[in-house]
Order: sequence, then structure tokens, then C-alpha cells
Amino acid sequence: MLSGNWRLEGYRTYGTGMYRYDSVDKTLVKERVAQFRDQTRRFLAGQLSDDEFRHLRLRNGLYIQRHAPMLRVAIPYGLLSSKQLRTLGSIARRYDRGYGHFTTRQNIQYNWPKLEDVPDILAELAEVEMHAIQTSGNCIRNTTSDHLAGVSPDELQDPRPWCELIRQWSTFHPEFTYLPRKFKIAVTGAAKDRAASLVHDVGLHIVRAPSGELGFEILAGGGLGRTPIIGQVVREFLPREHLLTYLEAILRVYNLEGRRDNIHKARIKILVRSLGIEEFRRRVEAEWELTREAGPRVEDAEIARLSGFFDPPAYRSLADGEPAAGKSTAFRAWYRYNTAAHKVPGYRAVYVSLKKPDVAPGDITDAQMELIADLADRYSFGEVRVTHTQNLLLADVEQDKTFELWQTLEKAGLATPNIGTLTDMICCPGLDFCSLANAGSIDVAKLINERFDDYDYIYDLGELDVKMSGCMNACGHHHVGHIGILGVDKSGEEWYQITIGGAAGADASLGQVIGPSVAKTDVAETIARLLEVYVERRLPEERFLDTVRRLGVKPFKERVYAAPIAA
Amino acid sequence: MPRRLLRDGRIVEDDWSYRAESADAAALILTFAEWQTERAAWMARGERLGVVLQPADNVELLAPDISRLELIGAQFSGPSEGRGYSQARVLREQWKFKGELRATGFVRRDQLFFMARCGFNSFEMADADLEGAAEALSTFSKAYQPSNDAGLPFKLQSLRPAGA
Repeated sequence: MLSGNWRLEGYRTYGTGMYRYDSVDKTLVKERVAQFRDQTRRFLAGQLSDDEFRHLRLRNGLYIQRHAPMLRVAIPYGLLSSKQLRTLGSIARRYDRGYGHFTTRQNIQYNWPKLEDVPDILAELAEVEMHAIQTSGNCIRNTTSDHLAGVSPDELQDPRPWCELIRQWSTFHPEFTYLPRKFKIAVTGAAKDRAASLVHDVGLHIVRAPSGELGFEILAGGGLGRTPIIGQVVREFLPREHLLTYLEAILRVYNLEGRRDNIHKARIKILVRSLGIEEFRRRVEAEWELTREAGPRVEDAEIARLSGFFDPPAYRSLADGEPAAGKSTAFRAWYRYNTAAHKVPGYRAVYVSLKKPDVAPGDITDAQMELIADLADRYSFGEVRVTHTQNLLLADVEQDKTFELWQTLEKAGLATPNIGTLTDMICCPGLDFCSLANAGSIDVAKLINERFDDYDYIYDLGELDVKMSGCMNACGHHHVGHIGILGVDKSGEEWYQITIGGAAGADASLGQVIGPSVAKTDVAETIARLLEVYVERRLPEERFLDTVRRLGVKPFKERVYAAPIAA
Repeated sequence: MPRRLLRDGRIVEDDWSYRAESADAAALILTFAEWQTERAAWMARGERLGVVLQPADNVELLAPDISRLELIGAQFSGPSEGRGYSQARVLREQWKFKGELRATGFVRRDQLFFMARCGFNSFEMADADLEGAAEALSTFSKAYQPSNDAGLPFKLQSLRPAGA
């Protein structure tokens, strides 16, 4: 048992906005590849049973899916270098069918690798400082964060150094590798919550105490799945040096007391709910009192060291301009919807939309990955980010370069001007790939896209989150969609339950079911009717979500079920 | 044939017996329930005593007796059971237990690395798994977390010197 500094390797600053592996990180991922290669060999040789191997492969992101194994690769807090993205593209081409799928937790999934190839894939990932460690299984998963970290004007402090700290601490944590159930942590440091932290097992918000000291507000017990719950505050302010001991206290209480007899009641949200937040807090604090001084303290020097990796890139001294002025309507629309404010004058953050109407949300081809890697090198300091909403982001683009960037993206099918709108849907892989799903989600997304193809109407609707899951495991976060769509199995047919009024941000709420589920062919018409009510009854500047909150579900429900849908 | 197990990185014959195996052995492992109900009688015997915890047993209840026990076991009921890892750390770190900390039940080589880092130093495994199991203790040569395994025949790096 040791106290004192958390990792003490010498300072190195790259200015690339990325954490770079040191000798310890490199050694660990290589040893992991060797370990998994041996486990796979023992399984194929019949020395490990299916069940024993299942527990091992899941902790390396490997599922056995409907058609083939699915490999989930971690993209820690959503950051990728251009080199890493090229490798992901190359793996998609050589080991898969030429594409990958980005998830809501900033990971990428390959749907068609061969089991015996997986050790080689992991070895190639290790070469570019990537891995699939703990992307599945009942352990601490990939830590996610704000895709606008470091560039957003509304940020209090950059969460990325803390995310990296948590990544290291949680990797192969000996005590918390066999938890009752999976455990997801999200960290944000901005006013707007772009990481859905309120629906995570633990949400960490960087906050400032009245004294001016920076620390964390700690939430626990959020989650979706079949029992959606919004996280509650365990501690309003934790001095930052205690972050790891406090997380360990939460996890120890959960590990010892979380239910293990029923997989559907095993998440920490059920423990928090059954104890009540006060009792849960009391137990965590009691545990923490015993361990806070003995456990690892996060020294300022270590956070300063980690922060060095995320130093701002070499921005040019520019002034804000109006790059959209005088340009085509198409570019103006793209600029308005697919770029975001940047804290440095003369720069914008640019979304690369992976929501083209005829493509499954979040899917990307090998060639597109390589193109985006090139564009990142040319326009955004060689860095790419994965968003919680299954798009990519080039975070640091000069405003004057956005037009030529758009032209290239447009040709590649990556400039669909729909970020934050109806057709920027979050969607799980659904019945097409996932062995858990009850119903398809990709084809429903397609039907919605076919119905809503008038951009004037889509833009008039304004901010609208549509989220869709193919089953109640809720990988598509339907509970927190302004409009949520849940696939259900009804006597062997695919039906869809619709909710409205959910939200994932700082004002998170769970959607309410509008009524009986609808057939697949009626989903788009149902949404159209919901939107009619909104357009008729909205107040000026009111979002769909706010209209639902103001009016309640009733008028929407009445409209949807007033007349049968003629398919 | 006496039970063999992995202790401190070496395969040895077990010098302990469970009560169900032999009630009069010199070194006897009781269940937690037996210990709680018949504590005085077993203590009066004056022989070496150990207690094995089930996953749901509250390790805190053992705290007053830590100094009288030479062995504490934690039972792993299956491949997804993980409470023993926390029990081990609490025993080693909060209650400063210095005796043998033994993992029993579902114990496979792929778990040994984590178990050792939490403070287990002996492992009951099926004979077929025992050969070569010690190698699993050095699956990883580095670690990100402070550890409890300094007494094992390998040294993990939990604090790294500058320039590592």
C-alpha cells in the first residue's frame, strides 16, 4: 500500500493535444496483447470453456454477435490522432468489411473480424497506442468526455488530463475487474453537458468552490437500460487531489454491496436507489474516511504533467471573420449547423457528420477514415475527436479554411448539414448486427430519413435529439432523446415504443411513453404527427423539448392516436 | 493425496485442513459461521486457526480477531464473483492482516494477477491448472495502481521513478 504521487515520470510536452504513451503504457498494452493471444490459443485448443473464455474476451471488448465476433476498440475520451484513425481504417479494410461503427461512448466497433485474427488486430492497435481493454465486461469501461474539451468557450477547465488519469487508474484495477456489472464514468468541465454524464454510473463535473479552488461535483447512480435513472449528487465538492480515493470508495461500496443475483438489478443505480442517496452517501463517506489518507493522492504536479499533453496547439493569431458571407446556401447551412464556436478567435470546431440519410448512423468506411485523417493533418493539427452523438469532430479549424474543407467533405459524403437536428439521430446497431436486439434500428433511421428530406422543414424544427435503441438495453439512449424510439418484439414482429421529453444534458430528464407501440412502417408518420403539434403550439424560440415540457404528453398523444396511420 | 496449492509463487502441499475434512487437524480452517458461533471453543484448543469467508460475509466482523488468525480465505463462487478482491484489500490495508490470505473456489490462472495485487498470497486451484499457474502472477510487469503484493517473488512498479 502506497501513498504519495500518482505516477512520476518526467515531463514531456508534445503540444499535439493528445496523451502519448510512455514506457509503462507501451509495456502494458503489449503484455495485454500477449495475454489475450494466449487466452485465445487456450480457448481454440479446448483448454478454456466457452463460459470461462467469455469472461476473458469480454474484458477485451470481444463479443460473439449475430454474424461474427464484434470487437470494440477504446478511444479514450474520444481523442484520436490522424495516425490512429488511419490504422482504424486499415484494420477495417484488412480484417473487416471496409467499415467501422462509432458508438455513443466514443468507441469504435468492428462487426466482422475473425476470432483468430483478433490478437493480430490488437497488436496493430498497440503499435499506435490503442487497445480494447475493458471495453466490455463487468469492469470500469472507457472514460468518456466532452468532445469540445479544450476548445469550447463555456469550459471551466479542460477535463482531458483528468480523463487520462482515470484511464490509467482504472486500467487493470485489481479490485474492480469483476464488478457486479459494467461501470461507466463520464467527465465534463463545461457549463453544457455534452457527455450525458447524468446517465452514467458516475458523472464527474469540474466545479469551482466559493474559495476559488477547483474540484469535482460527484454524481452516481445514473444509467439507462431497462431501468433508466438520472444520477444523483453524492458530493457537491470534492477537492481534486482526492479524486481517486473517492472513486475507490464508491466502487468498493458498489463491489461489496451491489446485487449479483440478478443481472438486471446489478448496476450501481439499483444500489443507490434501494439504499437511498443519503444512505449510499453515508457508506461511501465512511469508506473514504478509512482510505483517503492511505490511498493515492493526485498531486498538482502530476495533473500539471498530464495537462502538458493537452496544451493548446500552435494557433495562429487571427480574428473572427464571416466565412459564410457571400457563399452558397449549401455552405451557409453547413457552416451554421456543422461548425461550433471556438474559444480562440478565427477558429471553428467542425463536425464531420456520420448521419448521411442512406448510411447507418455512426458508420464510416475505411476510405473515409483515411480521408478524415488527411484532413485532420491539413486543417486541425492532426487530431480527430469522436462525439457522444456518433459523429466526428475536427476541433481546431481556421475559419477561412472551412470552405475548402467543406468542399472536400461534401464530395466524400461527410458534410450532411444536420448536426443537432432531426436527422442527426443516435442509433444502436440493432437487429442487423446485435444478438440482444428485438428490432431493427438502422432501417427505421432510413425510413425517417426518407420521410424527412426537406431541410427547410428540418431547420425550422430546430434542435431536436432523436435517439433509437433496438432493445431495452438502451445503447441508443432512447430514454434521453427529445424523441426516443425503442424497438420491442411483439409476437415476433418488430414494433416501436415512442417516448417524448427526454434530455441528456445538464437538464437531463427521462422521456415519457406516448402510448401503445407502433409498427415499423408507422414510426415516421408518428414522428410527423408529434412534430405537427409542436409546430402549431410552440412559442417563439421554443425547442420541441421545451414545448413537451410545457404542454405535457397529452396533446401529442391525442394527435398520434386520433386517426389510424394509413401506411 | 494431500492438496497442493500455489503459495508465495511456489507449488506446495497444503498444511491446513478444512473442518469438514478433519476436525482434529493441527491447522484448521473454519467457516465464518462456525467461527462466529463456536469461537471460544476453537480458541481454547490452542492450535493454528483459519477462517474462510463467503462472498457475502462482512469482513468487518472479523476485525477484532485478526491477530488470532493465521489464515483467512475468501471463497470465489464463480467466474463473475468479485467481492473477494475487496475483502482482501480491506483485510490487508485497513486491518493490516499479515497472515496467509487464500483464494478458494473458482480460481483460475487468469485471475491470479489481480488477486495477488489485492493481497492474496495463496491460491487453491485444480491440480491440472496448478502447473504453470505461477507464470500468471507476472502477466504484467507494470501497473498503474499501488499494490499489496510486495511480498511476492516479483516486484511490480507502483510508483515509477523519474525517467522510467
